[in-house]
Amino acid sequence: MSLKTPRKDLLDIASLSDEEIEFVLANAVPFKDLFKRSVKKVPTLKGRTVLTLFYEPSTRTRSSFEVAANRLSADVTHFDIESSSVVKGESVLDTVETLESMRADYIVVRHKQSGTPNLIAKNTRASVINAGDGWHAHPTQALLDAFTLREKMRDLRGARALIVGDIQHSRVARSTSLILRRLGMSLAYLAPGSMMPRETPDEVGLFGNWDDALSWRPDVVYLLRVQSERLDEPFFPTAAEYHKNYGLTDARVGILRERGLWLMHPGPVNRGVEITDTGMNYERSLINAQVENGIAVRMSVLYWLRPGALEDS
Amino acid sequence: MTSASDRIRQLLDAAGMARCLDEMAAAIYQRWKGEPRLALVGVYQRGVPFARALRQRLRDRGMEPDFGKIDITQYRDDLQTMTVLPKLEGSEITFDLEDAVVILCDEVIHTARTTRAALEELLGFGRPRCVQIAALVDRAGRELPLYPRYSGIETDLPAGERVCVRFVDGDGVDEVFTCPWEKK
Repeated sequence: MSLKTPRKDLLDIASLSDEEIEFVLANAVPFKDLFKRSVKKVPTLKGRTVLTLFYEPSTRTRSSFEVAANRLSADVTHFDIESSSVVKGESVLDTVETLESMRADYIVVRHKQSGTPNLIAKNTRASVINAGDGWHAHPTQALLDAFTLREKMRDLRGARALIVGDIQHSRVARSTSLILRRLGMSLAYLAPGSMMPRETPDEVGLFGNWDDALSWRPDVVYLLRVQSERLDEPFFPTAAEYHKNYGLTDARVGILRERGLWLMHPGPVNRGVEITDTGMNYERSLINAQVENGIAVRMSVLYWLRPGALEDS
Repeated sequence: MTSASDRIRQLLDAAGMARCLDEMAAAIYQRWKGEPRLALVGVYQRGVPFARALRQRLRDRGMEPDFGKIDITQYRDDLQTMTVLPKLEGSEITFDLEDAVVILCDEVIHTARTTRAALEELLGFGRPRCVQIAALVDRAGRELPLYPRYSGIETDLPAGERVCVRFVDGDGVDEVFTCPWEKK
């Protein structure tokens, strides 16, 4: 399968065609094979510049993009927001203009404000990759989640995923739900009322406790990270309450083990809140695989996007 | 696939191709008989059936060479300007390349830029003892100093023509002909 229509930016999952999703997932396979070689590098993006622009803290996603770009032989630069003129009040578009002058070919952006990557994409010829914007989207996380599940289950059609945690405020839940449903999976959410989205598609199951959720017979349990800064908010449970009612306790790990369910988490994990040490050591946990696959999938995304392509997302 | 009407001239028919493959396999056998670490590596796309055809002939002579595939897509210097983005096939070198003797097989060698890319990709897997090049068609017009150790035929064609090789294994017919460059 080849792709005839070039795409400039990756901003969300919703705007991707089935063909594009398949293209990215299929190409991630040979990129992952590269990791086993003595030389883990190909010259695909030699001479190209990848700029990471993170307005929110991130270790994993940023490093993952940087490793991916390095393995494709791109020059990678991190635009340090903390020590830049951004803290002196420079607007996003002024920053983008500066980056444009630096002739970046790819800009990887994370911002707390939903839609910021779209705004940047409209104002630069560089390919913009959304690395997470507000509650809106985190498309590369969704692609790597789908890739990771495909490695284990091959065909996702008819399989069931239970997503647990703060669905309402999670860009991961939003993007991963979209892609898993596109690939034919059935979805259900388990969350306290304050974390459940106001509107969900009819076919998505909604559960308020583990017993009901597990009786739905999921194949995969996907835990979301509890954002510690939100634990102090009204209507939000304390860490201990959350763990007891919605966390993957040792007893619940036992049920997952008994049924052979896959376990996923986008990281970083809060041990003792959404997961325990036992959960982290669970033999069917895909958490480390998600990290490794993240690099392969991001390499595939960088290979796919075309800076300056006319057909904009 | 290029249709019959696109062809300018035939260079080899099935019998001629079989003869070339037999002779090349004989030459490889002559040089490497008794070598336990021999490997044939085909360059995507048609270097792969070419390598398989040579491997079969070496098997007929009692050798059991290792086999691999090389995808050079990521080494193409025109990748960023291509209008149709190719899916990556991925290289497959499942045997231990360290100290192996590799026959790198491509159906045509012309400028040798593909061969250079294939060598670069191959060496990413390890350090073979030796690499030799096999090409069914050795077309004049080298731009890099790489030459096949084993070749079927040599040819010098006008700039507007390219060599098309077809294999029973994949194409349903064994044949080599020329066609216009733009008809891909």
